[in-house]
Amino acid sequence: MPLIETVDLCQKYGAQDILKNINLRVERGEVFALIGPTGTGKTTLLRLIDLLEMPTSGKIYFDGRDATKSKKARFEMRRRMAFVLQKPMVFNISLYDNIAYGLKWRGAKKSSIRQKVSSILEMIDLSTYQNRNARTLSGGEAQRVAIARAIVTEPEVLLLDEPTANLDPLSAAKIEELIMSIIPQYDTTIIMATHDMSQGQRLANRIGVLINGEILQAGDPREVFTSPKSREVAEFVGVDNIIDGIIVSSEEGVVAVDIGDNKIIEAISNYPVGEEVCACVRPENITLTLSKTTSSARNSFIGQITQAVSLGPLSRIEINCGFRLVALVTKRSAEELDLEKGKQVYATFKATGVGVLRRN
Amino acid sequence: MAEIWQALIIALKLIVSLDQEVVEIAARSLQISTTSSLLASLLCIPLASLIHFHNFPVKRILINIIQTLFSVPTVVIGLFVFVLFSRAGPLGGLSLLFTPTVMVIGQVILITPILLGLTISALSGVDKALADTARSLGASGWQTALIILREARYAVLAAVIMAFGRAISEVGLALMVGGNIRGFTRVITTAISLETSKGELELAIALGIILLTIALIINIALNRIQQR
Repeated sequence: MPLIETVDLCQKYGAQDILKNINLRVERGEVFALIGPTGTGKTTLLRLIDLLEMPTSGKIYFDGRDATKSKKARFEMRRRMAFVLQKPMVFNISLYDNIAYGLKWRGAKKSSIRQKVSSILEMIDLSTYQNRNARTLSGGEAQRVAIARAIVTEPEVLLLDEPTANLDPLSAAKIEELIMSIIPQYDTTIIMATHDMSQGQRLANRIGVLINGEILQAGDPREVFTSPKSREVAEFVGVDNIIDGIIVSSEEGVVAVDIGDNKIIEAISNYPVGEEVCACVRPENITLTLSKTTSSARNSFIGQITQAVSLGPLSRIEINCGFRLVALVTKRSAEELDLEKGKQVYATFKATGVGVLRRN
Repeated sequence: MAEIWQALIIALKLIVSLDQEVVEIAARSLQISTTSSLLASLLCIPLASLIHFHNFPVKRILINIIQTLFSVPTVVIGLFVFVLFSRAGPLGGLSLLFTPTVMVIGQVILITPILLGLTISALSGVDKALADTARSLGASGWQTALIILREARYAVLAAVIMAFGRAISEVGLALMVGGNIRGFTRVITTAISLETSKGELELAIALGIILLTIALIINIALNRIQQR
């Protein structure tokens, strides 16, 4: 039995659909990441799971019990969860009291509160600040307090909404470290929302891609990342090259996709001839050379560089091959090959590096 | 002009020498208005929380009405309380008219809208996400209300002080239902009104200075609270 299950969950604000038919199952002990661009309903879904608001339609089951039925049951269920909101709101009282309140509200004994709060304060490395007003903390510190005060109640489910958004990279790394340490220590089920694809991959056992209020794909992070099942997911997980075409031949699992202008992309797929598809190529799977080379890669196109942008250790090269292709190469390669605007290059990629999606 | 200066000097002497009548009137004013402010707080703070934390169809209209009543003339409240407690009135049997008790009741009615309205806006001033935070950490309805009140504590305290200021400085109500009975229901404002009409400015000025001092203290307190 899943710890949390939603069945055909819908949420509307006025006439606007925020969530559409969300069917989600999260097992005990799982770390589940909801990923998707901002403003697609991740926060609303977390609020529904924490029973802070009620769905327009559909059901939420917590530990097998229907949460939409009674207010009292919802309150009891909510006490078995903790939700860290995106904006870490601390109360205008001491750091210690901020963390202690969840336990006080549950009627815990003073001595037990003191012991638990002290050990959590040590864990987040803020013991020396315990008597300071929590409003004086920095953003990263406040986020640590927000997480600490959630886990001090030993929740069965910890909900995290964009736990590292608006933080500097160092603070973000600290928060991720904290989350990683909570997982084995408290055996908590975690559901987190993030717009950061790579964070979802680092922290989660399973991810669900939420776009425009719908979960378009859920599964193993690697699988979602490498084989997106729809154009929207592909775009979100960083597939820059999505090229429309029609399958014109299929032989032993290798298809030829006609992308117009007498250009063919070869790929591995089971779709039949005549199917309208799009070919997805990750920019890091494209190799750039200055002359045509013989290799096992089935796809090679000549084109002119239209843009070259440096992204730290990498360079993002845009090429016009009659259609637009984006390649990601190391900065050193870009320098050695002198890849700059106007230069002619060959863009090469393997048939196995092409994902084929049916167009809808 | 010399007469006024003379009166001012005598007034200061009355204050400095802690004149029995001046002290007694000032103490009664403070006592009645403090009592009414505390009673009104006990009534209004929970009521304001109830209104703030619940959504009901006429909520907006109710808040508008409360805000309109901020400026209700004190004599209108005086008339209402007078009718209520007069011999022939519904509560006439209690024989409370012209007692400090009825003055407290009148002041509670007078300051309830201001205290209610300002407490509601104090609570509205707290980020809504804090209430969600409290609930998500396991707070029940009233536990959430308490922590949000705690969050708004300075603004709520400022509301109480404002209400106290309105109570201690009004004259119409105190005169109408208190009756300005010497040694019993005479307070600073009613005494000033009477002494001035009698042409005895010394006592009036002395009490005026005390009232202004109280107002000054209230203002300083409010300022310090608002700076937090």
